[in-house]
Amino acid sequence: MEEERIVIAGFGGQGIMFLGKLLCHAGMLDGRHITYLPSYGVEVRGGTACCNVIISSEEIASPVITSPTTAIIMNTPSMIRYEPEIVKRGLLIVNSSIVDRHPKRKDIGVVMLPATTIADRMGNTRVANMVALGGFLSKSQIVKTETVLAAVGEVLPPYRQHLAELNRRAILEGKAAADAQGPDAIWSKITRGFGLG
Amino acid sequence: MTTVFKRPESLKDTETHYCSGCGHGIVHRLIAEVVDELGIRERVVGIAPVGCAVLAYEYFNFDVSEAAHGRAPAVATGMKRARPDLIVFAYQGDGDLAAIGMAEIIHAANRGEHITVFFVNNAVYGMTGGQMAPTTMLGQKTETTPRGRNALGEGAPIRVAELLAQFDGVKFVERCTVSKPRNVLKARAAVKTALSLQIEGKGFGFVEILSPCPTYWGLQPRVAMRMIEERMEEIFPLGRIKEPAAEG
Amino acid sequence: MAEKHLMCGNEALSEAAVAAGCRCYFGYPITPQNEVTAYMSRRMPEVGGQFVQSESELAAINMVFGAAVVGARAITTSSSPGISLMQEGISYIAANELPAVIVNVMRGGPGLGNIGPSQADYFQATRGGGHGDYRTIVLTPASVQEIVDHVILAFDLADRYRNPVLILIDGVLGQMVEPVEIAPPPAADLPAKDWALTGCKGRPPNKSRSLILGENELLEMNRRLQEKYRAIEAAEARHEAVDAADAEILLVAYGSPARTCRSVVRKYRERGYRIGLFRPVTAWPFPSAALAECAKGASAVLVVEMSAGQLVEDVRLTLGPAANVLLLGKPGGEVIQAGELEAEIDRIIGLHKMKRR
Ligand SMILES: Cc1ncc(C[n+]2csc(CCOP(=O)(O)OP(=O)(O)O)c2C)c(N)n1
Ligand code: SF4
Repeated sequence: MEEERIVIAGFGGQGIMFLGKLLCHAGMLDGRHITYLPSYGVEVRGGTACCNVIISSEEIASPVITSPTTAIIMNTPSMIRYEPEIVKRGLLIVNSSIVDRHPKRKDIGVVMLPATTIADRMGNTRVANMVALGGFLSKSQIVKTETVLAAVGEVLPPYRQHLAELNRRAILEGKAAADAQGPDAIWSKITRGFGLG
Repeated sequence: MTTVFKRPESLKDTETHYCSGCGHGIVHRLIAEVVDELGIRERVVGIAPVGCAVLAYEYFNFDVSEAAHGRAPAVATGMKRARPDLIVFAYQGDGDLAAIGMAEIIHAANRGEHITVFFVNNAVYGMTGGQMAPTTMLGQKTETTPRGRNALGEGAPIRVAELLAQFDGVKFVERCTVSKPRNVLKARAAVKTALSLQIEGKGFGFVEILSPCPTYWGLQPRVAMRMIEERMEEIFPLGRIKEPAAEG
Repeated sequence: MAEKHLMCGNEALSEAAVAAGCRCYFGYPITPQNEVTAYMSRRMPEVGGQFVQSESELAAINMVFGAAVVGARAITTSSSPGISLMQEGISYIAANELPAVIVNVMRGGPGLGNIGPSQADYFQATRGGGHGDYRTIVLTPASVQEIVDHVILAFDLADRYRNPVLILIDGVLGQMVEPVEIAPPPAADLPAKDWALTGCKGRPPNKSRSLILGENELLEMNRRLQEKYRAIEAAEARHEAVDAADAEILLVAYGSPARTCRSVVRKYRERGYRIGLFRPVTAWPFPSAALAECAKGASAVLVVEMSAGQLVEDVRLTLGPAANVLLLGKPGGEVIQAGELEAEIDRIIGLHKMKRR
């Protein structure tokens, strides 16, 4: 079985939910089983945004993630919360422009990606989420990058279509930046398929 | 032969269960006459309250549904929204409308639902045996105000017509009574205005009718009628509280 | 084949109601089902339907009553505290024998509780909920697609039996996104609504009532209702069985915990344990006969539910005092984790010294 259980977390306004929905949409287009579960209600009000995305080759049990295979972390509180939960040999993508600390875990693969800095350089700080997504695509084969790029246009609402190209470029920039962080990291050596643990 | 007392087609040929001298029967008849006159019997749907008039569907000769206690305006909303071509009216007592159903009436009125509400105010709960209603007058003795209603702790009578008239969605409000023939004619005219308003698609119409409950007022029917004029009208003044807007 | 859309359970159920031909939505905001009120406020005007944000759940259910009594398909949705408030109206709808669809996106209780996913309204749903001897048909979907299918089914069942149909969804299912197909259903063969209050043109007046005072009349009415309920029990009990035939341990769960159970069953089967899942798809009528059959060979039946133990009572009622019926129940708006379930299964395996095959 191939399965990614991805927690995406950061501040409200960082495009966390969009990132999650885009991944799901691509997973669906690639013929995977997918579920997406946003945090809702009270939790949303604390200024944090979080969603759970599962993409799998098989039918998905609960959409609630307790042991993520990947965490995409866009702010410090989320790093503190989710780093310990990642499975052994899992993947941690960190927006290092905003997160002010290094991960402690040695048994996971880490990509420190200055996503906001890269996005700013591209002229729009709001595509930092897409840069981070690129980082994930560099290390996981659960969805094809081409599919994600194609899905961008489908997931953006009509009034945001003019941003599609920028979003795609940001994904590719993020991917390139993560690719450059070397093929020797442990996460690229293992097949990223996980049991149900 | 005069045909003045001919039974309207909209009224079934059955004895009602109301006490003698009760106002409900008169109000039923007025509504039935106007429904006939406006030629809407085949597209009118009435809602009976929980109160003495709960069996109204036994008397009206057109489609009638019961509603839970106080919920008639919500039921009417659902009916009218689903079938705007129907003429929908709710018939409610003062406990039904002004106590347990206060939220429903206020919000249906404020939304300006295209429905008509006939509010029979007899200042007591008839069906359950003469307890205090929100419209019970100060000093009035009831089963639950044995020393007379006291504003402190029991509140003062609520003037529903005035309360509803303030909402923009409400297009017509009149308070009338059935205490004597002249007033009955006025009440009939008000019922007609309210239903016509709905036929023309103009919005929410409300007619409050001061009505005697000789049984729980502990009065002879004739004395009860006098009581409306001598005491009730002082607290609930008769007349048009909100005119329907002019054509155009 | 219709196109697949990504939708959360709450949005999917809204769109499914539209597909089922429902043009009347009445509701009052409450988490975790606010997506429905928001979606319907946009969608109903687009399809020429009616949306009313009511002043309370009490008003909402009575608006449903009004729309239903004039012959329209109508739906309301809420979450636990709001469903409690609707019980009066549901009793009246059942008594007046009106078709209506009500969705409860359950949250943690009692009282205001929390907004976490829960299944603690099972008693309320399956035992009637309001006053009087009545039943509501209760559907318990376990995926976003099944939510869609159940909404469409619910409208048909409601019309067929002139009865309220309740769909029980927990907060997780309401919020989660999955791909769904929503196709307008083929026309079902349903009885004409000649009882509806549509104006008495060309027929004697219709009435709709639940105050029944004549001698024995209410008794007769209740007998007739009970006959209807027996017919529903005979025809509409639904379930799903996964690897149940030879199961030594039979899990019983509905809604989102059933999903966790299903994957755990798969995992233990791969390891060689004889374990299966029984999933009631209708909570009322409860699929008793099917459960009894599936549990025949089981030495332990483990009920898994997000409550302190409600479904378990139906299971015990079905299987009798001799059956070994155990409970993994978690109240308080908390999700049951696969790990907790596995620990419980391991304990049972140890206790019964079950062997791999
Ligand atoms: C929920 C609920 N509470 C209480 C009752 C009992 N009840 C029936 S009628 C009534 C009051 C009716 O008074 P009113 O509306 O003034 O009508 P009247 O009988 O005076 O015409 C009450 C309290 C009920 N049927 N339902
Ligand atoms: S109790 Fe009063 S309101 Fe009821 S029928 Fe008798 S007189 Fe009329």
